[in-house]
Amino acid sequence: MNNKIPNNRAWLLVLPMLVLVAFSAIIPLMTVVNYSVQDVLGPNATFFTGTEWFKSTLNDPALQAAFLRQISFSLIILAIQIPLGIGIALIMPKRGWQASAVLILITLPLLIPWNVVGSIWQIFTRGDIGLMGWGLRELGVNYNLTRNAGDAWVTIILMDVWHWTPLVAMLCYSGLRSIPEAYYQAARIDRASKWAVFRYIQLPKLTNVLVIAVLLRFMHSFMIYAEPFVLTGGGPGSSTTFLSQSLTTMAIGQQDLGPSAAFSLIYFLVILLVSWVFYTTIMNMQKDKPPHGGA
Amino acid sequence: MSWMVWTVPTAVFFSSIAAMLAGMTVWEILSPTIERKGFLPIATTRGDRLFIGLLSAAFIHLGVIGFTSLSIWIALAVSALWLLVLMRWG
Repeated sequence: MNNKIPNNRAWLLVLPMLVLVAFSAIIPLMTVVNYSVQDVLGPNATFFTGTEWFKSTLNDPALQAAFLRQISFSLIILAIQIPLGIGIALIMPKRGWQASAVLILITLPLLIPWNVVGSIWQIFTRGDIGLMGWGLRELGVNYNLTRNAGDAWVTIILMDVWHWTPLVAMLCYSGLRSIPEAYYQAARIDRASKWAVFRYIQLPKLTNVLVIAVLLRFMHSFMIYAEPFVLTGGGPGSSTTFLSQSLTTMAIGQQDLGPSAAFSLIYFLVILLVSWVFYTTIMNMQKDKPPHGGA
Repeated sequence: MSWMVWTVPTAVFFSSIAAMLAGMTVWEILSPTIERKGFLPIATTRGDRLFIGLLSAAFIHLGVIGFTSLSIWIALAVSALWLLVLMRWG
């Protein structure tokens, strides 16, 4: 059905980027693959180990536990941040100085560097001087994130929601702003309820930004490092040790380059799989839907 | 190149990937792909199926290496077969 004359010369414009990516990503990734099958002790002292590192990594109980923690963390924060972000975007003022003021207020947490976010929350939750820690203790709540794993989890999730829901809200806000007024007029003529407007106009129009929001939030939460590292250091015990922290301990702390290379590759494959599944599902959901007055 | 600590198996691995990509490019030029729906739940192009095949091959290998004592060659054979099935009927 495609009657256009194919002209792929535009791809040449991508070449400089390809060269850059080759040096920043592809060649390092190849090196990681090479490291993952060897025991590298020095420039001229390498021993081929085959699949040994992969076997030991996959069967390491500590890494398996970190993996499960990581998955639960990502799912929990997606389940909170995506609906919350949509909700915030829906109630944000649409025009006037209020719109700008709210936008600036909402963006503030995004401007704070990750390890500073960790420090802020570390102080905020301290029982002796922190507003939240002290306040909870005065209210009679036995809250201590260095001793209680549940408290540590709640705090990390709260921190992430505080830090990153604004991103989801901003993306949804821009998506909502791009819906032409005619859709709302049509809805008013049909006397559509608020819910119907949301379900059949706003949500479908938000699909594209939601793909980006879900992907960004998933990838970042799956690689989260600085915030929990500063806030809890992975503790108490190892209850908040996520994958990237385990990887750093292996690669930098213990200099186990082979096993950590194998670990990185597995980590990479999981991220690749999940991102692809998210992307494909959301894109297909959009394709299968009957069109509501054009896309 | 010595800092990349190449080994024969990894060199063979990357050469085959590169050969596949080059082959797919030539194939695409000779007869452009048409998106179609096979046994997979989504409509795919040839490149999509290759990607799905390679990604599942990676997980097949990980599963065999990590949780069975089977030879890695069995994983390779299964993956190759799966890739062919996927390319033809997926």
